[in-house]
Parts: sequence; C-alpha cells; structure tokens
Amino acid sequence: MTPAIRIENISKQYRLGLVGTGTLSHDLRRWWHIVRGKEDPYLRIGEVNDRSTKGISDYIWALKDINIEVQQGDVLGIIGRNGAGKSTLLKILSKVTAPTTGSITYKGRIASLLEVGTGFHPELTGRENLYLNGAILGMRKIEIERKFAEIVDFSGCERYIDTPVKRYSSGMTVRLGFAVAAFLEPEILVVDEVLAVGDAEFQKKAIGKMHDVSKNDGRTVLFVSHNLASVQSLCTKGILLTNGKLTANDHVSTIIDLYSRGNESQKTSYITWTDKNRPNNEFIKLLSIELRNKGKKKQDPILINLPIELEINFETKTFLESLGFSYHLLNKGATVFVTGTPTHLRKIPEGKIIKLIGELPKDILNSEEFYSITIVFVLKNHQFELEIPEVLKFVPEESEREGEYLGKMIGMTRPIVKWEWLC
Amino acid sequence: MDSTDKISTITPRKSLFDLKLNEIWSYRDLFVLFIRRDITVSYKQTVLGPLWFLIQPLLTTLMFLLVFGRIARIPTGGVPPVLFYMGGITVWNYFSDCLRLTSDTFVKNAGLFGKVYFPRIITPLSIVSSNLVKFSIQFILFLSVFLYYYFSDAQIQPNISLFLLPVYIIILAILSLGFGLIISAMTTKYRDLTFLIQFGIQLWMYATPVIYPISQIPEKYRWVIMANPVSHIVEAFKYGFTGSGSFYLNGIIYSGIFAIVLFFVGVAIFNRTEKTFMDTV
Repeated sequence: MTPAIRIENISKQYRLGLVGTGTLSHDLRRWWHIVRGKEDPYLRIGEVNDRSTKGISDYIWALKDINIEVQQGDVLGIIGRNGAGKSTLLKILSKVTAPTTGSITYKGRIASLLEVGTGFHPELTGRENLYLNGAILGMRKIEIERKFAEIVDFSGCERYIDTPVKRYSSGMTVRLGFAVAAFLEPEILVVDEVLAVGDAEFQKKAIGKMHDVSKNDGRTVLFVSHNLASVQSLCTKGILLTNGKLTANDHVSTIIDLYSRGNESQKTSYITWTDKNRPNNEFIKLLSIELRNKGKKKQDPILINLPIELEINFETKTFLESLGFSYHLLNKGATVFVTGTPTHLRKIPEGKIIKLIGELPKDILNSEEFYSITIVFVLKNHQFELEIPEVLKFVPEESEREGEYLGKMIGMTRPIVKWEWLC
Repeated sequence: MDSTDKISTITPRKSLFDLKLNEIWSYRDLFVLFIRRDITVSYKQTVLGPLWFLIQPLLTTLMFLLVFGRIARIPTGGVPPVLFYMGGITVWNYFSDCLRLTSDTFVKNAGLFGKVYFPRIITPLSIVSSNLVKFSIQFILFLSVFLYYYFSDAQIQPNISLFLLPVYIIILAILSLGFGLIISAMTTKYRDLTFLIQFGIQLWMYATPVIYPISQIPEKYRWVIMANPVSHIVEAFKYGFTGSGSFYLNGIIYSGIFAIVLFFVGVAIFNRTEKTFMDTV
C-alpha cells in the first residue's frame, strides 16, 4: 500500500536577524547565480538550528533532510523541544509556507488545525462565522449545511448562535472553532497543540473526537504537542525532532522514552541561587533548594527506598499575612502528585529567613524514571504568587532489591504492596 | 468520492503563471462568503448602516463642488458640475478602493494566512468583487442624478458608447487587481510601500481626469494623462453619459491591454510570494 504521506528530503532554511537589511543584495546575488545556472550560494551555507549557541552564519536550517512515511490510519505524534522544527514541519504540511528543498506527496485532502477559530470575525454572528471558518478550512457550503446542527450541538453554543462572536467568552469561541474543525472530513488532519484550550470537559470531548477520527474513520492524523500524556494516549507512532533533524521514528512510547531520557542530561537536584539568577518577586526571594535522602548529603544519589526530603530556603521581602508552599512531581510531563503544606505560616515579619523541609516517605517513586519538580508559593486567598516550573530534575536509583525479578519496573510510582499467598 | 485518492505534492516552487483555476473553483464558497463578510462587516454597529455607501460620494461631490468648482473654478466642459464630479468620483472610487484594499492583502491577512492554506488569490478577488457591490449602489445614485439632469433639459447627450460600460468596469477591476497584486507582494518585504500607497493613490487621482476634463490640460503635459490607463476609462465613462469630453477607442484598447499584461505580471509575482511570504512578513 502506498503511504498516506511521503516526506522526502524536506529542508527549510530561515534567515536570522533583521529581515529587510541586505535582502536586496542577497536577492540580487542569488538571482545572478541562478541566471548563470549555478547553485544558489545561500543554500550551501546554514547551520544546525541550535537556539542556545551563537552561530557564525545568518542562515539556519529549521529543518534538514527530513524523510518520513506515514501510513493511512496512523496517528503520528511529533515531539521535540522548543525550536526543534515541529511547527515548521506542520506549516510546510499545511502549505502555509513552502519548503526550501524536497517534496511531500500525499493522498487526499490535508486539513490543518494550527489554531482554533481561524478567520473568525468578531462582528459576525456565530452562525456566519461557522460558515466562514468551515469554508476557510476547505469545506463546501453544502457540507457545512448538512452538518450544521451537529456542529452547533457539539460546540454547546446553541443559545448564542445568532450573537456576534465578540460577545462570546474566550472559551465559547474556542468551542465553536473546534466544533467546526471536528466535523471536517479530510483524509489527513494536521493538529498543533490546540487541545490545550477549553475546560476539562471540552478537552475530553476533543480528545475523544480525535480518537474517533483516527480509529473509526481510518484517517491519518499528525499531532504536535508538548503534553506527553496526550501524545501517549492519542498517538500510535511518533517521531522525535532535535534541532531540525529527525532523530527517531518509532512506536510512540519508545519515542516518549527517548525524549524524556534526552532531558536527563540536565539533571539538577540542588541549586543555590546567586543574585544574578535568583527567582524572586515583591514578596519573597529564594536562596536555595535541594533534594536528598533523609540523613544523606545533597551530592549523594537519590534512592527510592529511603525517605526523600525537599529543603527550600527563602527570605521574606515584606510582611506576609499568610504563606503556603506546594510542589508538583512530574514524570515525563505528566503530574504524578501534588503535595503542599496543609497549613499556612501566619504573620511573617519582613526579612525573615525561613527553611522548609518536606519529607516524602520511602518507596513511592520508581527507580530509573525521570522526574521533575515544579514549586509553587501560595499567598492568602490561594493566589499562586511564585511558581517555578520544573526547577529540579532527577532520576532516582535503588540500592538493592529482593525477589525473583530484578529488571526495570514499569510505572510512574512503585509503592511496596504487601502480598500474601493464601493456599 | 474521487478526491480521496487524489495524489498531490508540495514542492519548493510552483510555476509562475499557474493560476490553479480548479483549486480556486473548489474554494468558490469561500469566495462568496468573503464577499458577504466584507459587505456585512463594513457598516456593523453604525447607525446609518449601508447608507454610508451613498453618503460618501455625496459628501465628496459636495466638497469638490466647493473647492474645485466654486473656489478654483475649474471648468467642467459644459456639464452640470454635480454630474461631472459625481461621475468621476464613482468610477475613480471603485478603482482606488480596490487598489487600496488589495495592496494590503498579505500584511493584513498575515494572521490568517499563517494558519491555514487556501488559494491566496481568493482574498484580492473577493475584495474586487465586494467593491463591485458598493460600486453598483453608488452607480445607482449617480444614475438617478443623471436622470434628473437628463429630464430637466441640461445640455447632456448620452450616446451609444455607453454600451461599453461593462467593459470599462472589467478593465478597472483587472487594473486595480494587477496593481494590487504587485504591491501586496512587494509590501511583504518592503513595508515602506504601505505608506507610499496612500500618498500615491491621492497623487494618481490628480493625474486622472476626475475633477477636470482632458481638454483642460495643456498639450505639453497631456501625454502624462494619456499614459495613465485609468484616464481613458474615467473620461470615456463621463463621455458616455454627457457627450462632452473625448472618446478614443484606441485609448480604451490601450487600457485593456495594459490591464491584462499587468494582471499576468501581478499573478506571477503574487504566486511567488504566497509560498514564502510567511517567512518575511
């Protein structure tokens, strides 16, 4: 069977810096080379797209020599860090921008959903926008008419359908936009992180709809998301992009594993901040944070069969009525649990240095899993006053294990379960 | 459905004159919806609504009557000044509105074009068409003014050249589209043009016989007016209704050829831009 999409040698070059300065001279030089039948001089140069290092050339390759085949009915998850080229690939697939080299062959229609409610006009009513948005996404008017009742029903905006969209809440706009997209019937659907919007109920509905589209109708879906949990639940296959290059193309769980392990190189289980990089705001400034086993030093490896302590030191900058602290423990982007101080500390004077230690009982985490911790300070009224996402990243180990099986255990957590044979 | 098995490809460049007519045809509903959107949106939340379509040319005519008729005393070749100015304004406004709006295509729609693909040329095409609706309304206004003068025995002689009226409008539409396509493609790289275009359109009006008849221009400078493809259309439009002024068939043919050549150049430049403009805009 021929694949639904065949991507061959796709590359995309961008010019950095100020577009407009010197474009004319480069354009002329490029034209002069092409007229004489020579290769474009600017296609030979260009660097790997690494955001963090300073390059020599003005030209970078956002994508370089990508080759992928996607079979019909596959749900392909595209993952990679910021700037890895995920969105560029989607843009090329949805024909928003052209590749610099290479070609893509595909079967049927491609509909892209890089944004929900594209082309909505605030002055038009929900009904008018439904038609307009559907047509922009490539639907015929007759198709929209046929599905109109279903779309309105799915969006749950029936009451407001003849109200201008500018009077809608942002959530309602998103619902209406997604509803149109959900009833598109392309052979290939390209989706960028649009599911990250709307309330929980609607997200569930949206994910369910995506499942239907791929499983029951046999459509091909390409899906980009930073939310590894939704990639895992939705996709069958995955590709990993790193700095514009395709590093892996495999089953989705393999890809997610690979991606998470890639993050391990940035392990940090203790930080002492200096004035240069200190996270602070008008209420508190942070001094240091560390994660260690109870009774051990911070430099020691963290073991799962000992209690794990999180210690944070900070200083108040004003008088605080009430202060609480909590942290989220994440595994591959998904929250394992959230824990916080059950009571707040009250009436803290200005300039006070405070140490807080939270002890996690032993035998909760799993070994050889990549975890990260997001910390949150809460003021009174449950306002999140200071949040530092994934400040600590670590992979715990285990010291010894007894039993028949000594290999890698699967799972986000590994509690000790008391077993009993009764016979 | 046969479209399910259709194989398509995405490549770096496409040929310059490829209009992709069947693709545009498959998006015809979008074209219609864009026209409807442009018209319904333009006067939403105004008290007078579509009446503004009529108020605009009326006020401009009044202004021209005062400034060019009463103060500057530019002769109108024996035609009642109201009819003369309104005729010029009606035709010129269609051209200038189309040009002004199409030249903005890429910059104004960057958000939309950056998220979803459809044949980009639908946007300028729909602008030219929706302005046609506005033109028709203003034309009816002009027609009623014309009939008033006609029956009140003013010195006007409508003539057979009026049958060419649809041709004039088509030429104007293609001309504005051609210019608009070229400018819109260039503004993606050189944003300065958006400022220039405002000024340019104003200047252009004075190089077109809108407020004066061609006969008023000294022989020495007349070639400027004659080289301007819009001049012939505006002059011929007024001639058709009033019988005063001049009518050169060669001028109309010149404008027509100019428009067609310009249109193809515009399409070529537009086609090249639409594939990569997201990287420069």
